[in-house]
Amino acid sequence: MSTFAADVREIAARFPDARSATIPALRLAQERHGWLPPEAFREVADALGLTPAYCHAVASFYDMFHLAPVGRHLVEVCTNLSCALNGAQRVVDAFESELAVRAGETTPDGEITFRTVECLGGCGYATVVAVDNRYRHDVRPSHVAEIVEGLRS
Amino acid sequence: MLLAGTGERDLTKLDEYLAIGGYAQVPKARAMTPDDLIAELQAANLRGRGGAGFPMGRKASLIDRASPKPKYLVVNADESEPGAFKDRQVMAEVPHRLLEGCLIAAHAIEAKDIFIYIRGEYLAEYEILQRAVDEARGSSIFEDVEVTVYRGAGAYICGEETALLDSLEGRRGQPRPRPPFPPVQGLYNAPTQINNVCTIATVPAIIELGAAEFAKIGSESSPGTVIFSISGNVVRPGNYELELGTPMRELIYDLAGGIPDGRELKAVIPGGSSVPALTPDQIDVPLDYDSLGALGTFFGAASLIVVDDHCCLVQLALRSTKFYMHESCGKCTPCREGTRWMVQLLERLEAGDGELSDIDLLDSVGDRILGKSLCALGDFAVYPVASYLRHWRDEFVAHVEQARCPFDGESTLEGIVAPSDAHTHHPVAEVPA
Repeated sequence: MSTFAADVREIAARFPDARSATIPALRLAQERHGWLPPEAFREVADALGLTPAYCHAVASFYDMFHLAPVGRHLVEVCTNLSCALNGAQRVVDAFESELAVRAGETTPDGEITFRTVECLGGCGYATVVAVDNRYRHDVRPSHVAEIVEGLRS
Repeated sequence: MLLAGTGERDLTKLDEYLAIGGYAQVPKARAMTPDDLIAELQAANLRGRGGAGFPMGRKASLIDRASPKPKYLVVNADESEPGAFKDRQVMAEVPHRLLEGCLIAAHAIEAKDIFIYIRGEYLAEYEILQRAVDEARGSSIFEDVEVTVYRGAGAYICGEETALLDSLEGRRGQPRPRPPFPPVQGLYNAPTQINNVCTIATVPAIIELGAAEFAKIGSESSPGTVIFSISGNVVRPGNYELELGTPMRELIYDLAGGIPDGRELKAVIPGGSSVPALTPDQIDVPLDYDSLGALGTFFGAASLIVVDDHCCLVQLALRSTKFYMHESCGKCTPCREGTRWMVQLLERLEAGDGELSDIDLLDSVGDRILGKSLCALGDFAVYPVASYLRHWRDEFVAHVEQARCPFDGESTLEGIVAPSDAHTHHPVAEVPA
């Protein structure tokens, strides 16, 4: 038995119903593959006694699961109301120009995917940017070059 | 009350929390019978802090404790309402107070399993909370109760309690038809109590003070303190824990420092982005459930978004509606299709291509969503937009009459890129609109 399947079954054992492990298992698979390719759904399905189609249906519902390849790093800028009222679009513009990609795209070297996201729950510290799921608060356009440099080095 | 002690000590550590009397209310509550504990919670009249304001003690009394199935306590830590960021601070700074509240609430409903559903994006808070759980478990504070912290994966709708349950069961997070309600048939079809983080974190104070003393804090119909999140166009945005009934003006101008850069207040969305907005002449309202209700809006998630006069309200409506369209789970038609129609109408108006009849059509589409969707998300899309149409209709009309946005590119939200504009991940398959 592969370690992945063993890890997933260990998670499943903590719940009254093994199906509850679907999301944690998809997260684990995404950490292994970088995104969720078709074989990831087969692996999760086999470990939990579900079908790959079911696992795909669950994954496609949630924003944090990637159904297409993404860069090694993920930069996400909140553009919901409070960030937008405090200049989030200027931060978006700065990233687009620094990375030479549009929101929703990945740099040609496959290093950084840049996208806008809905409210991250940091409205009092606008603009909020999540860099590989770690929040940066009060981001201004002038901080963007340093954030990108930190990822490239 | 909720954030007490966080400034002075590192209350993420068990020792520090114990040093300020932490977990002392658990044995006190466990010495009471569940019936007595529920009676105490009901007497405290603690109203749910998540949005709906349903009394927490009454919710506990509805649990079918005679059921042979296990009972579950689920904490809704899927804080996703635009404007809200306080559950996050509670979990990051005083996770043990949440856990203490959990143990008390679990005793009331005779639950041995507690699930805390935290939104997936809150990675740092998850790590802090999980460490707190491990530390408390290691000290035998939990006794025979098990606490599981469950990470979501990015979906606003999972803050809706039945969608949360489906997600926790390993499904797409879509709301369930009710009845049956969760106290009868919730997680794994067993009786389930679901409460917000701040609601549960208030419970230790009720046991410590006693319901009678607790009920004297705040306003009569809404006792206690609440952490208010305030953001948008204010000088000092942030979280402020205040007694219920504090005037909104005091929060906006005295605590948050008013509107920056010499601009004028235009609108306040008082409960998170999903509630009707208030106009500047309404901000003397006391911040409590009933006073805000009397103005036709909601206390909601106690999260104020302050908007100054440099913002075009058609753009604000459009950005808000794109959020609800993106987050609509797709299960029911009024919400799935209606939010998309609203976006199309608002885009047309903002572009200067709209006609006066489009404004009426926007009202009409709203009426066809309101109260007709499976859960409140559809209503949440409509409430703010309907309030902009009511109070600031002239601005919508000006877009039609001038055939362009009267802000002429100078609005703060000009050109803002929503996720629905830029990436393809969308729970609703693309269909020709």
